[in-house]
Amino acid sequence: MIEARNLGKYFGRFAALNNLHLTVSDGEFIALFGKNGAGKTTLLRILAGLSRPSRGELKIKPSRQAPPGAVRGHIGYLSHETSLYMDLTAVENLRFHARLTDVPSDDRALAMRMQQVGLAGRERDPVRNFSRGMQQRLAIARAFLHNPDILLLDEPFTGLDSSGCDFFKSFLAAAHADGKTCIMAIHDTRLGYEIAERLVVISRGAVALDAAKPSLDYAQFREKLEPLLA
Amino acid sequence: MSGKAQYRLDILLGILLFAGMSFALYMALIGAPTERTMGDLQRIFYFHVPAAITGLAAFATNFVSSLVFLLRKNRRWDALALASAELGILFFCMVLVTGPIWAKPVWFVWWTWSPRLTASFILCLLYVAYMLIRKSYEDPERKASVSAVFGVIAFVDAPLVWFSIRWWRDIHPSPMLETGGLDPSMRPAFYACLGAFLILFLYLLRRRFCLETMRNKVDGLLLRLDEMR
Amino acid sequence: MHKIWAIFRKDLLIEFRTKDSLTAMLFFGIVVLVVFNFALGSLHQAVRSAVPGVLWVAFAFSGTLGLNRLFAVEKENGCLQGLLMIPADRGAVYLGKMLASCFFMLIAEAVLFIAALVLFNLTVRNEIPWLMLVFVVGTLGFTAVGTLLSAIAVNTRLREVLLPLMLFPVILPILINAVEATDIILNSADYGALKLPLTVMSAFTIIFATISYLLFERVLEE
Repeated sequence: MIEARNLGKYFGRFAALNNLHLTVSDGEFIALFGKNGAGKTTLLRILAGLSRPSRGELKIKPSRQAPPGAVRGHIGYLSHETSLYMDLTAVENLRFHARLTDVPSDDRALAMRMQQVGLAGRERDPVRNFSRGMQQRLAIARAFLHNPDILLLDEPFTGLDSSGCDFFKSFLAAAHADGKTCIMAIHDTRLGYEIAERLVVISRGAVALDAAKPSLDYAQFREKLEPLLA
Repeated sequence: MSGKAQYRLDILLGILLFAGMSFALYMALIGAPTERTMGDLQRIFYFHVPAAITGLAAFATNFVSSLVFLLRKNRRWDALALASAELGILFFCMVLVTGPIWAKPVWFVWWTWSPRLTASFILCLLYVAYMLIRKSYEDPERKASVSAVFGVIAFVDAPLVWFSIRWWRDIHPSPMLETGGLDPSMRPAFYACLGAFLILFLYLLRRRFCLETMRNKVDGLLLRLDEMR
Repeated sequence: MHKIWAIFRKDLLIEFRTKDSLTAMLFFGIVVLVVFNFALGSLHQAVRSAVPGVLWVAFAFSGTLGLNRLFAVEKENGCLQGLLMIPADRGAVYLGKMLASCFFMLIAEAVLFIAALVLFNLTVRNEIPWLMLVFVVGTLGFTAVGTLLSAIAVNTRLREVLLPLMLFPVILPILINAVEATDIILNSADYGALKLPLTVMSAFTIIFATISYLLFERVLEE
């Protein structure tokens, strides 16, 4: 359960978020739309606890029972940066993150993760030699290594080839079926509409449109979205 | 406090400052007796020492407001921290300028690396670094947090700097007031100057603080204007 | 606790693979020593008494280079946000980074010290354990506050330029006491007199490690 009330984030004279209200129940899958600079990334960073809102209230209650202060352990954030160390190998990156988040860090568990994201056999290659798409796959494995309840995704399809896209769609579907909450910023309208079940458009730092997918077909949604992106 | 009461307070402080300064100048330059060995030169003392004490008070203000800002996150405390850091640097510049002027004829050197001098200089550098940090962050909220952290570090560092330098040989007159070295006939002038400097500090602090909060307010209003557009 | 250790080991692994900062630190430190050798010129008598100061200037300069790299590595791919997401006190990140930078600095110091022995024609034997103690305490103090300031500097426009400007005035008590202590060891052998500088350095380290541990989060949070 995520409850954001009246969120504001100001960078001097620039308002990245302004009076943003958003309530997300457990297990929802939300796609965030909006033009560049609308505040999608800022919102995700605040939800991830990397940025402190200038105003307003934010409550995040993980579905599992968690000791206070450990909320971060229930959140996985995949940003537009990969958060990978270029000079470490793939498996070393995962092992480091596993140690930080208290999940099994033995070779078998990590090899399984590598296989999941389609990188089996590349465990010992340094990340520097990976293509952008492979790095994105590894970044996905890293961000969600600790099985978080809440997945925050910032343009997760960047750099993925078509097989990567297919893999990631099924990954998200599985996570969704597993009851995880997903909030995904995405600029590809069709893709976002296809995957998500709730559509939220952010414009100038506030929620401009918030609709459940069944209530709108794609053409209607496009029509409503267009003026908000202009 | 209403705007009108604020304005009245400013006027009152201004009048007090003018009166206090005139009195202090009279006392320091004419009222106080001439020192036997140093002559009129010693009158620098009435500016040098009060400036140092006021500067320390300014840095202490910076420390307290930095701490409160870290606990409360209210931007007004950040404005106060900024105002006091700037004034602290100002007063310590006065100390560092009057010091050598006094030292040259008395000790025959402009500068000695004595603990007091060195520590004052370092203190000044610490707060120049503080201002540099403020300059190099663009986001005002981050700037406030980070500089508050540095404000705490700088003030905690100051006594350590002082004690570390202290065991070096010291030719600076050790605190005259503690040892009772200051002739009783000179005390009124000294306290008059100290009082005048403290009023000056309060006055400037208020003005600078008001300017900064006004700036924040203008930013807020511009934000609202953007919203309405 | 094991998270601090994990961060420390990760930094070591990266460093031993790339050797980026250690190479820079060592090379720069040796350059400083050589430059001082010219600056001191033919004052052979005075060399031994100048060595403590020269050594610590070299340590501090090369340490500053190391601190500049410390968070630059984390900035590269947004790794820092990965670290900040750990489900634990973010002070652990500070402690891990601090231990790593301390470790690198001590390695650099060991090499620079040997280089100084050769370049300045010194012989030491019984002094070595005492010198090690002073180096360790001094370096802990240096990195205790240096790690926090490095995290501040990495997010600014000025970056590498800002760090020494903040660091050197703050670090002065450590430098003074470390120089004094090294001087006592090399030039007077009156080890009882070491108590004062060591106490001041330890107090500095404890105070600033605590402050930095508590405030680290505030420096990195946007």
